[in-house]
Amino acid sequence: MTQKKWFWALMAPLASVIFSIGLTSLILLLKGASPFGTFKVLWDFGSQGSNLVSEVNQTVAYYLAGVAAAIGFKMLLFNIGIDGQYRLAVFFAAVVGAQVHLPPVLHVLLIMTTAVVVGALWASIAGYLKVKRNISEVISNIMLNTIASGLITYLLQPTRLGYNLPGSNNSQTPPVPKSGWLPSFHIAGGNLYSYIFVAIAIGALYWVLLNRSVFGFNLRATGMSFRAARASGINAPRMIFITMAISGGIAGLTGIGEMMGNTHNYSLSFPNGYALTGLALALIGRSSPIGIAFAAFFWSFLEGAAPALDLYGVPVEIVTVMQAIIIISTVVSYELVKRINLLQQQRLVGAAAVESTTKEAVK
Amino acid sequence: MSTVNRVKDILRSPARLYLVAGLALAALSLIQIWTGANDITSDGASGATLRFSIPLLMAGLGGLWSERAGVINIGLEGMMIVGTWMGAWFGFKSGPWVGMLAAAIGGIIAGLLHALLTVRIGIDQAVSGLAINLLAYGTTRFLSGVYFPPAGGDILTSPYVKPIALFTVPWLSPHLISLEHKHYFFISDLAGIIAGLITRTSWASLLLMMALPLTIWILWRTKFGLRVRFSGENPVASESLGVNVYRTRFIAIAVSGALAGLGGAYISVVSTGHYLENQTAGRGYIGLATVIFGNWKPMGVFAGAVLFGWTDALRIRQSDSVHATLLAVVAIAVIVALIKLYQKKFKVAIISLVCGSLVLFYFFAQKVVPDEFVTFFPNLTTIIVLAFLSQRLRPPAMAGAPYRKGEE
Amino acid sequence: MTKVIEIIGIGKKYPGVVANDNVNISIEGGSIHAIIGENGAGKSTLMKILFGLVKPDSGSIRVRGEELNLKSPQDAIAKGIGMVHQHFMLADNATVLENVILGSEPTGALGTIHYAAAREKLTEISQRYGLEIDPDQLVASLGVGERQRVEIAKVLFRGAEILILDEPTAVLVPQEVDELFSNLKGLTSNGLTIIFISHKLDEVLQIADDITVMRRGTTVANVHPKETSKKALAEYMIGGALPEPHPGESSRGSDKALKVEGVSFTDHDGRKVINELSLDIFSGEIVGLAGVEGNGQSELIELIMGLVKADSGSIEIVGLDASVATTRQIRDAGVGYIPQDRHRDGLLLGASLWENRVLGHQGTAPMADGLWVNKSAAKSDSERIVSEFDVRTPSINVAAHALSGGNQQKFIVGREMAGAPKVLIAAQPTRGVDVGAQAIIWNHLIEARRNGAAVLLVSADLDEIFKLSDRIAVIFRGEITNYLDPKKATPETLGMAMTGEKIA
Repeated sequence: MTQKKWFWALMAPLASVIFSIGLTSLILLLKGASPFGTFKVLWDFGSQGSNLVSEVNQTVAYYLAGVAAAIGFKMLLFNIGIDGQYRLAVFFAAVVGAQVHLPPVLHVLLIMTTAVVVGALWASIAGYLKVKRNISEVISNIMLNTIASGLITYLLQPTRLGYNLPGSNNSQTPPVPKSGWLPSFHIAGGNLYSYIFVAIAIGALYWVLLNRSVFGFNLRATGMSFRAARASGINAPRMIFITMAISGGIAGLTGIGEMMGNTHNYSLSFPNGYALTGLALALIGRSSPIGIAFAAFFWSFLEGAAPALDLYGVPVEIVTVMQAIIIISTVVSYELVKRINLLQQQRLVGAAAVESTTKEAVK
Repeated sequence: MSTVNRVKDILRSPARLYLVAGLALAALSLIQIWTGANDITSDGASGATLRFSIPLLMAGLGGLWSERAGVINIGLEGMMIVGTWMGAWFGFKSGPWVGMLAAAIGGIIAGLLHALLTVRIGIDQAVSGLAINLLAYGTTRFLSGVYFPPAGGDILTSPYVKPIALFTVPWLSPHLISLEHKHYFFISDLAGIIAGLITRTSWASLLLMMALPLTIWILWRTKFGLRVRFSGENPVASESLGVNVYRTRFIAIAVSGALAGLGGAYISVVSTGHYLENQTAGRGYIGLATVIFGNWKPMGVFAGAVLFGWTDALRIRQSDSVHATLLAVVAIAVIVALIKLYQKKFKVAIISLVCGSLVLFYFFAQKVVPDEFVTFFPNLTTIIVLAFLSQRLRPPAMAGAPYRKGEE
Repeated sequence: MTKVIEIIGIGKKYPGVVANDNVNISIEGGSIHAIIGENGAGKSTLMKILFGLVKPDSGSIRVRGEELNLKSPQDAIAKGIGMVHQHFMLADNATVLENVILGSEPTGALGTIHYAAAREKLTEISQRYGLEIDPDQLVASLGVGERQRVEIAKVLFRGAEILILDEPTAVLVPQEVDELFSNLKGLTSNGLTIIFISHKLDEVLQIADDITVMRRGTTVANVHPKETSKKALAEYMIGGALPEPHPGESSRGSDKALKVEGVSFTDHDGRKVINELSLDIFSGEIVGLAGVEGNGQSELIELIMGLVKADSGSIEIVGLDASVATTRQIRDAGVGYIPQDRHRDGLLLGASLWENRVLGHQGTAPMADGLWVNKSAAKSDSERIVSEFDVRTPSINVAAHALSGGNQQKFIVGREMAGAPKVLIAAQPTRGVDVGAQAIIWNHLIEARRNGAAVLLVSADLDEIFKLSDRIAVIFRGEITNYLDPKKATPETLGMAMTGEKIA
């Protein structure tokens, strides 16, 4: 039975990738471009050494967003607030990081801690509203995202926490001194951030805590049934609150790799949309730490390879269309597989019941 | 207790909205006299409010239709994006009215996709909504790149659409405007607001405004409307009485998409005259907020759309008007505090007094309200309203819950 | 009188289960015909077939001699068959009138509803049958009895002449049951026919004109209430003599394992549901808590389990001050809890059986090993429960929702009795389980008592209370008003005590 489970777990996303490639090919054909040529260009450009490295760096960020979303899913929380959480976190981490001079390791730790705390605090607003006021976290987080954007734009003004480079209108935070930088590895003509180890550690921690610890059991139990969790002695509302905060804390780490490995400050070039991507990856990866990793790499690869399409005469945005199709078709195929499995399980149990009654009759 | 009920009644009954609106207008009128910020109720501000409110109203009514039928529609934003694009492109090709129609059709298609995914297949409603937003965003960008540059636009902007004709009510409009300039207490303000609505107003505004009475009539007076509402309140019961819940939901979500699409088209065709990428700027989400803000009632949605549209309009027009309206916020905080004191809920009373004094302090300390704060005013308001009123709100009982025919 | 409905040889199979097999019933017009049987005897499948929700594999149904071929509930409604569901199918956020007319709205041009005409028709029905409902009231403001009358009105509004009532008294208090019965008599005297589904033998004997008994998917007996007894009906239902628990000698210890003293509790609607209540249970003793539902039983359980906190008074469980302790601490002190709603409070339906074994015990060894869940202990103990309690499941890895209700309950009882609890709260431990599972659960409750547990047995099944309890405590309006000795008390005295009378 476990073998079968694996089979379905792999088949569903694979089928949807194939489906989306098919649909995208159709769109390309309608546009008059060769699908094969397009995918070849994508593959060739995406798998070039230096591009591959930056895709891996991007994978790390997406992965953390995916894990943040996945933890929420375990609690049936839809943390669409990852955007606001991560941007506020990078912003304040950059601000704090630029203010202090510490020994390298401590400095890095301080920056990361700041990011986690800011992300968790911002998320806990939504958590509080959910637990105390019964407000859907989807709505409150959507609202909080816009508020976070507004706050950052406000604080980033040169008269406040930001400054403008001479001759530029782009506001940014002051640079973080070298002691707050993370080293990079020079591989294949690119810089691979050592932040990848943070992502791996978070992934491992996520798996172990969730599947092996009592805390993880309590978390999953509350997600499955609030009332049963409460009757079993879990403080279920507090569990929901904590989960939201943890999700926000991990979301807070999302942009830190880019900040400590590359930009060393915060500017408005930190993109929006990590929430959607994180949620999508957690869905495609079925909230499994390995699944999310594959999905995140696939996503980054598509995006890393996309710029080549412009040279080929195909709009880059075809990749976004493809991603949307993948999300929809994966979710649909999981839903169908779930229903097939449920039917099978009910048959098994039904068969067991019949068997034991016939045994009784024979006795 | 009776005061609470009375306040509740006022908040709930559409007829009493006039009373609230009247009081609010009187307060604004006083504030204008005191601060000299005359733009708050001018005909210009009123006309701008109308233009900013309509897309929000359409998105909000779209959300209302969908949620009343039991399906949360986070895809409103995507449906609006589809509307802006379709409206602009087909408006450019075949005239603005064809553009509006195309936008509605585009919205319906997006709505039907949402219905297929959530109602028929049964995937999570939030997931489907977000996927639709991403799909709409990607597809329109892709299509912009394909169609706009050869037609004289570029990858981010469409060519201009021929504008929809404007109308001005003769005689009444100039007289109201002259009355407005007399600056009488209340009367001039009222005249200004009405003048704004009937002076150089797009026929499209008039047409789309009809969606409000139509929605009220269909959802509360007709057989179909009753079935839509029961699909959101208790689909199992509906099914047991022979209502085809799936079909009802499909139609309601298609209507939702059409309204959102029209709201999008209004932005591109009427407000700016062409398509710009990211033109909707999260208005679909604000539309969702107006649904909650309006307690899932059409008039409430309307009130929310006007409030948020008005702040949008003020921000664009004159920032000291925004500054002046801070006083209105202070007044609200004081009123809330007094009510709570009367109810002996001291904690809430103190909180709102403190908030009120902070705002008052800010009013005197700062000459302008930063633009960034005005941007998220609707969002902040929604959260505060939710935090204080969530216990009194009455969402459709089964909105957001998965429903499979034949399963209980 | 004529036969209004004839059910002939109906059969229905589901994968792995035979739900109905050769069901034969004939029903007289203008009568109340009861169909009784245990859970899983096939009553609800039969009803679904009668109402067009499920198509039978074989057999036929005739209404007034005419062969029925139902494709949907609409066909059934068109043939004058109406169904009053056990779980009310009403929308709270709508008026009575809207709820009633939905699906058969009188409409004019453009689909506009004629509310005035509908209101008039409903008022007329309400008056004719004495239903006393107000068309314009919001359903949210109605009580349980009123809601049921709205359900009946809904069916009558559609012109039904045959009413199917599925376990209509399950949610009613005794006064409401009396009202319902007088309403039903009013309906039959107007010529309507009623099919009354139930498993409560007393009520069936009181109200029915004919009784059909179902067992294992088929009809096994057809009797008149005047010519039968409760005992005979029960034996038809289970196909043999009722199992009798044998509690044996008293094993009551000398220490009070559970001490509730002067506890009061006000619910969030501001009603004082527990009023200065005191109750002690000694170790090795089963105390049966008897009372009409809604007299504070659920709240007392929640107070003992620490799920809600008392306004005043104290609760002490084996030395722990439970009035301030958390549910976790109370459980860890050795309290087992069999909740009355097993689906919502007792199980993680989506999780495997072995994970459900951990639930409630995740705070202490052997299920917890420090901060970690002890998976192998959970698995091996789940295997033990499956074999000791005869839980019928293909493996301990299947999800809990795949099991039948009786097997789920056996698993819960097994879990809560693991680790020899000092106090066991058993709320409706055998509700909705078959006779075999009932016997197993009873034996284990008795065994827990023998091992020194203080057992609080809360049950609506008075037979169960009589057979298992060492003492019966009667709860009325949030107070313990009487203690009875099950060996001396009669069902009549208990019944009187439950309505608030003081018995010396």
